[in-house]
This record gives sequence, C-alpha cells and structure tokens, in this order.
Amino acid sequence: MSEAARVSTPKLQQIEREPYYQPIGDEVALFESAHRRRLPVLLKGPTGCGKTRFVEYMAWRLKRPLVTVACHDDLTTADLVGRYLIVGNETVWVDGPLTAAVRAGAICYLDEIVEARKDTTVVIHPLADARRILAVDKRGELVAAPDPFMLVVSYNPGYQSVLKEIKPSTRQRFVALDFDYPEAAVEAGIVAAEGGVDAETARRLVKLAELTRNLKGAGLDEGASTRLLVHAAQLIADGVAPAIACTAAVARALTDDPDMTGTLDDLVHAVF
Amino acid sequence: MTSSTPSSRKLFSDELELRLDEVLFASPSHRSAKNIADGLERLGREQQERVLHWVAVAAQSYAEIGYLVATLAPRALDRLDASGFEAWVLAGLDAYDRQGGQAAMALLRDLDGFCAAREHVPAAARLADVESRLSRFLQGLSGRALALSHGAFAHTDTETVFLPAQLAALPTAADNRRLYKAMAALLWAQTRHGTFGSAALDIEAALARWADRERALRWFATLEAVRLEAVLGAELPGLAAEIAALRGPWPTGLEEAVRRLSRPDAAVSQTLTFLAECMAGEDEPPQLAHAGAIDIEAALRVRAARIAREAETVRRALSTLKGFGGRQGAGEEAPAVNIEGGRVEFSLDGEVAALPPEARAAAQSLLQDLGELPPECLVPAGPGAWQPTQREGDEGGGENALTSHREPHRRYDEWDYRRRAYRRGWCHLFEVDLAPGDADYVAKVSLRNTAAIRQIRRRFEMLRGEDRLLGRQPEGEEVDIDALVEAAGDRASGAEPSARLFCRRIRNERSLAAMFMVDMSGSTKGWVNDAERESLVMLCEALETLGDAYAIYGFSGWTRTRCDIYPVKRFDERYDATVRGRIAAIEAKDYTRMGVAIRHLTQLLEAQPARHKLLVTLSDGRPDDFGDEYRGHYGIEDTRRALQEAHERGVRSYCVTIDRHGADYLPRLYGPARYAVLDDVWKLPLKVADIYRRLAT
Ligand SMILES: Nc1ncnc2c1ncn2[C@@H]1O[C@H](COP(=O)(O)OP(=O)(O)OP(=O)(O)O)[C@@H](O)[C@H]1O
Ligand SMILES: [Mg+2]
Repeated sequence: MSEAARVSTPKLQQIEREPYYQPIGDEVALFESAHRRRLPVLLKGPTGCGKTRFVEYMAWRLKRPLVTVACHDDLTTADLVGRYLIVGNETVWVDGPLTAAVRAGAICYLDEIVEARKDTTVVIHPLADARRILAVDKRGELVAAPDPFMLVVSYNPGYQSVLKEIKPSTRQRFVALDFDYPEAAVEAGIVAAEGGVDAETARRLVKLAELTRNLKGAGLDEGASTRLLVHAAQLIADGVAPAIACTAAVARALTDDPDMTGTLDDLVHAVF
Repeated sequence: MTSSTPSSRKLFSDELELRLDEVLFASPSHRSAKNIADGLERLGREQQERVLHWVAVAAQSYAEIGYLVATLAPRALDRLDASGFEAWVLAGLDAYDRQGGQAAMALLRDLDGFCAAREHVPAAARLADVESRLSRFLQGLSGRALALSHGAFAHTDTETVFLPAQLAALPTAADNRRLYKAMAALLWAQTRHGTFGSAALDIEAALARWADRERALRWFATLEAVRLEAVLGAELPGLAAEIAALRGPWPTGLEEAVRRLSRPDAAVSQTLTFLAECMAGEDEPPQLAHAGAIDIEAALRVRAARIAREAETVRRALSTLKGFGGRQGAGEEAPAVNIEGGRVEFSLDGEVAALPPEARAAAQSLLQDLGELPPECLVPAGPGAWQPTQREGDEGGGENALTSHREPHRRYDEWDYRRRAYRRGWCHLFEVDLAPGDADYVAKVSLRNTAAIRQIRRRFEMLRGEDRLLGRQPEGEEVDIDALVEAAGDRASGAEPSARLFCRRIRNERSLAAMFMVDMSGSTKGWVNDAERESLVMLCEALETLGDAYAIYGFSGWTRTRCDIYPVKRFDERYDATVRGRIAAIEAKDYTRMGVAIRHLTQLLEAQPARHKLLVTLSDGRPDDFGDEYRGHYGIEDTRRALQEAHERGVRSYCVTIDRHGADYLPRLYGPARYAVLDDVWKLPLKVADIYRRLAT
C-alpha cells in the first residue's frame, strides 16, 4: 500500500445522473443567478422538504462537484479546513472538505449549519462575502475561491433551542431561499415518483400529512415531512398494508407521546 | 430531622388533623377533622400525602367535597390503587363541574358503583375519557380550532362540537368510543361541507318554508348524515368506512335518500330539494344513533360573529398594504382575489400581496364559511376605523376609582395598535412580595412525585454531562494528534517540543439565563394554579441539577395603574426555604396584563451576564385586563410588541399554555414554533421541565 493511500482525502462527489427534483417555485432560477453572481445561498425549511435533494440537483445542473458536510456540535475548524497527519515519519497536510471544495471550484453544502459550533461557523465568513477567500491558518495560506465555487448552507428554523440560532452576521451573508412542503398536488406527484405508488395512494398520503401538519404546535413539534411520506410509500410499494406502513413510517416517527400516538392512529385510519 | 424535610414515617392523628384543618379551612368551623384524622392514621405516609393532596384539590372546588373525600379515603384506598383513587376523586370533581355539588357527592359516595364500573369494563363510553384524543383528532381534521364540550345532545355551533357526557347506544365500550368519533367527525363535516349554507345559500330562509320546523330539522339532520358520510368518503375513506360499519345498514325509509344524496359531490342544496319531498309526506325520519342534531340558530349566530370578526381581520390587513386604503386615500382599486386549490391569494396591480399569517387564516376560514370573500372586507377603510371618541370612553369610567396612590416602582410604555404609537409611562409596575406560604408545600409535592423527580434529575444530569473535548492538555484520556504532529515536527527541526499532547473532556460551559413568568390571574384559580406550582417544583429540581441561572416571577394586575409582579425567585437567590415558601404562596389574583410584565422581566433578564436569555411564560389564556380595553386585539398587539422588544434585546421567548384556543393567537405572539399548547393541565408539571430541556439544549 502506498503511503499516500493511507491519507484519506475529502470526497468530491461528481453527480453523473440527473437526480429527480420537482421544482416548487423559482428556486432553480434563483440558485443559478446566485451561482453566476458568486453569491452564497442559505436554504431554510422544515426537515425532509427537499433541501438536500435540491442541492444535488443543482450540482448536477451546474455540472459542479458537490461536497457535503453534515454539521454537528463537535465539528472543529480543522475538520472543515484541514489538518496535518503523520505518514511514516513525516507530516502531511490534508485539506478538509471546505478547502478541497474551494480548490476544486465545487459546491460546498454545509447541512444543518446551526448544529456547528459558533467558532467554527466564522471560518466561512470571509468565504461568504465579497472577499471569497479561505484562510488556512495552519499553513499560513489564503486560498482564493475560483468563480464556480459556491457555498450553500441549510438550516431548519423550526428548531426551538435558543442555543442554536444562526447569528445575524452569518445569516446576512447569504441569499436565502425559503423551502416548505409543496402544494398537495405537487407533493403527491413527488410521493408517487419517489415512493413508486399510484396517484391515489400518493394523494391519500399527502392528505394524511396535511392532517398531521394541522397538529403542529398542538402536540406535535412538526407535521409529517415529504420524506416520511416517501418512506411510507416505499413500504406500501413493497407490499405492506397502507395503514400499517403509515403507522410505522409516519405516526411512530412523529412522536413517542402515548396520547398523541392514539390521535395519529385515528388520523391514519381516517385516511386509509 | 429538620422540619423542612418530611420524613417518610406515618403521620399521627393530631398531625393529620392540623394538616386537614389547613386544607379544609374554608369549611364550617363547627366540624372537626378529628374523626377523619383518626381514620387516616392507619394509612402509610405516601397514601396519607396522597389523600391530603387530593383533599386540598377537592376543597378548592367545594369544601364539602373535600370533607367527603377525606372521610371516604380510607375505604376507597382499601379497594382502589393510587390511580384508581385519583380517578375516583377526579370523577367526583368532574361531576361537580358539570352537574353541581349534589351529583358529585352522590358519585363519590357510590364507591361500590365506581369500583364495579372500573372492574367490569363498562359498555358505556365517557366523553371525559375520549375528550383529549378526540379534540386533537378534530384539530387534525379541521386545522381551525374546534372546541369540544359536553352538551345535552350532539350538535355543533360551528366553533364547538357538543357531545353527550356518556354514550351507551352500542353494546361495547369500544364501539361507543368509536361512536363518539363518528359523531364528532360528522359534526365537523357539517361545518366544513356547507350544512349551514354559504354566501349564495341562505339556510334559514330555506328552512323557514315549513311550519313544523322541528320535524324539518330532524329530517335535515338525518339527510345530512347521509350526504356528509359520502362527502367525507372522498377525502377520508377510512373514516367513512368506519362510520358505515358502525351504523350498519341504512334503516328502511332512507333508501331513496341514500340513492340521491350518498355521492361524494352532493351539495347541501340537493339535501334541501330532497327535504321538500320528505316534508310533503307524513313520515318521521328514522333514528340514527351516530348522527347529531342540527341547531341552526346557534350555528348561524356563532358563524355570523366569526364572519364579521374575520372579515374585519382581512380588511385591516389589506388596509395596511401600500396602495390600498388609508395611506393613499380612497378611490383605489380593490385587490384582486384569486382562489385556487383552496389557497387564497390577493394581488394589487398584478403583484401578489403578502398578508400576515392570521389574515391568511381568516381569509381561509371565510372561504370555508361562505365559499367566497365577503365584499365588505375588500373595501378600503384604512386605519381610520379607529374613532378617537371611542378612546376617551375607554379610559374614563371606573379607572379613577381603581387608581392607586402608591408610587410605582417603575412605569412602562404600552403599545396602542390603534394609534400605532406607545402610550408613554402608561403602566405602573409594582414589585410585590409574596407572603410566605406553606413551608412544607414543596416537600409534599416532592414526596408525591418522587419517581418523576428522580427521572427529571437523571435526564438533566445527562445534559449537564455533555462534554467537550479540550485539546493541548498536559494530561488527558486521549492523545491530541494535532499536538503530537506539531511536536514531532518541532523535534525534527531541533526545536523544543511541547509536552501538552493530550485531549481532555470537560463539562460544557452553559451560558444561559432563564426567566419564568407565571400567570397569577384569576382564571388560574384552582387546578391550573396547582399545576403551575407543581411545575415550578419540578422545574427547580431540573434547573438546580443543570446549574443554569434562573428566576421566577408571578404576574397579575388590575388595570394599568396596578400591574403587580411577584418575585418568587430572583436570579441571585438560592432555591431555599424562602423561595419554596413563595412557590407555595403563588395564588390566583386578578388579570393578565401581559405586555408590562414582559417588559419588566426583559429588563431584569437583560442585566444577566449570560450569553443566551430565555423568557418562558406559563399561562392559561390570552392577555386580558379589567375593562374591555386590554381584552382582545389591543392586549394581543401590546403583548406582541413587548415580545418583539424583548427579541431585539436578545431575549428569546416561549410560551406554555393550556388554552386550547391558543393556536389562534399564539403564532402571532410567539411565532409558529415557539409555544406549546397542553390539552391537560395535569401534564403541565411533567411537560414544563421537558420543554425546557428542548429549549435549552
Ligand atoms: N421537490 C422535491 N423533488 C423531489 N423529491 C423531493 C422533493 N421534496 C422532497 N423530496 C423527497 O423527500 C426526501 C427528503 O428530502 P431531503 O432529504 O432533501 O430533505 P431535507 O430538506 O434536506 O431535510 P433535512 O432538513 O431533514 O435534511 C427526498 O429524499 C425526496 O425523496
Ligand atoms: Mg438534508
């Protein structure tokens, strides 16, 4: 095994096949504009509404490699920017995913940015304003981002913890695109296409989602996401009875509260 | 053993008597608690505390019930376990709320009946048992708040669904519970699918044709049950199937009705046409156990009020749009309304206008009621709907009589949405000390909730234990690769390598200050107040474990000149006997002028050094104050303003409420994700700690 092979390098994902993405509004055109104008983009929206899928689709459309980083509260600056590793008796510098994305002119997608620690978030500041540079302090290097490079971050404003709010100085660097669950007919189209079920089943799944979304704030933190509907649809397409599929993939995924579970079961049985 | 920590030894009769006297203080003095105390002496301490607690709860509703519970408790506990005992008392209190003292006493005395009913699963279903599940079910179906309440017969006034307290029409309790669901769903469908008419169809006029109105209404209700079941089936086939299974085959005499009305697109006009044929004959409609009645008068009255209210909301929201109404004078074009796929959209000069969420909800609801938007809500009136003369009226009157002569500790501005300006120094704020309450209250609550508190402590300890990895330490449990690499580099180049080569896990620094604002308005009297106090006990346990800075203040008041704030625990106070005494002393006082309380507490919170600041309100309803002014729109707008001010000062707010209608106004106050509505006041104590955990981690 060669020494270099032992040093893992960040993954640049080249998306070859067109991902299925159903546009909801003018987000595709806006994203393309932002890319042309070298502006970073912030995707806001509830969980499972298609943010990640959208970025994959745009990466394919713009023919750029995609680097995705799932943020968490242990994510350090070094995890993003890079660090020295020891190979044999020597130190070898390895770019972090952010640095790799900048060098390659890729789209860098920081998923759930609020989860990252505040001191980590600031490294993206010079990258996300007119300077478009990344400071690699350990190497004393300033990497200027080439034109095609684009920074995309996402967050879910439904989060309720006060400790996890995005700072204005971060937020105001981005063009913000609002995502939400699409209109019923469109959402049913997505569920049918992704889940492999017929139109009527998809329509009922979306109806169920609508009923659970009515309970947001009245016992549920969030209603059922498109993702959950797709899961239920996939189970149904695999031969699971619809009510059982919905109970498992939707009702139980939304809450542990025994009272609420009863209500959700009622709603599932009202639709199926 | 000190007096503030009760031991778990049994209480003797004389001690019990003292405690009973405390909780039964409001009862006739000639009765002694001696006999009761003797009876309770043989119980274990946990049971004794349980009895004392429930006696106190019961006595707050009605002293006689407290007595009865205390007297019967030993017998009841011989036959019932803890939850059975609780259910027995609650059933009594429930009967008291619904039917009065006599009924309650009778129910409690009939211990045999109660135990029998608990043992053999009864055939009847009780509304009380299905209420919360059913009301959430309706909320899910309708999206707009539809309250559930018990009534002599099943019907709806379009805002509340009334159901009988008990149903025993079917052979098993499970079927009867399903029957409740079917009834509720069909009543909701009445409000959703046009039973009460629309802008184009005046139901009252249509029904006025028949002299025998009662018979017409009976037929109408039956035919609508046929129609609505089919209409429901289009969107909610599972529900329709369940209703069909429950009712069995349609009774004879309805064949024609079923043939004509049982189709997914049938409209109420078709019901009316067929109704004319039924009324031409002599027959009475067949009885349907699952169909509610129709109370046209109540429904139309409530609906008219709602339509007026919502039309006004929409009109106001439109008035604030630039280019429409007040700002640029009259003579403007009315906005174009586009109703498509059930969504309402307004546009002005071809541009889509963004309305605030509550105006959109109101428009949606109007559409549901009328099938269109009433033209009057599209007529510009501008902010001028507010009449200056009206204001003078509001302020005068009783207020002078209530003006206090004390000097307030502070004055706060209040937002007047009609003026779009602050009223300067309008509210007089007093910090008032709470006279210490029962020194043992907290200890008693803790004893009764030992298990829950242990669980809360464990959960919060886990949070506190969330660690962070600290690099470049002289010692620690892991090697710090970065440091090691650097040292290797240094050694290679001949420099002195650092010895700080380890990582160590350290406890995460939490920089959070939390303020709890507790509603002490009159409406919290009784169970709500109890639940609030218990919540605070649980919270304090949680927060003490966590080590966050926190403070608790109660608020209540009586007009703008007497806004009282009661410190329960200040930030710099410890959770000690004094604070515990104050928690016990929290009681229901007057009104809920919220804005000023929020402003004052924000001020206190702002002085805290913590990086994150959180204001949590525990309340049972919307802002309200004596006189009409603060009630309704004014109070909501001022509260909203105060919360915005807090937000600008870096204070994040959250509200926990048990007001089921909270979903109407809370999103406007706190934002869609920053409140929780509990449907059961007894869940408050456990939920509050839980909610805090979610907010603060
Ligand atoms: N507009 C859409 N077009 C195609 N698929 C979609 C769309 N919206 C949602 N989906 C489906 O929903 C699933 C979840 O979407 P995705 O993973 O992008 O959610 P997300 O917004 O990134 O959620 P989270 O915030 O939880 O990461 C996708 O796998 C896809 O099946
Ligand atoms: Mg995602």
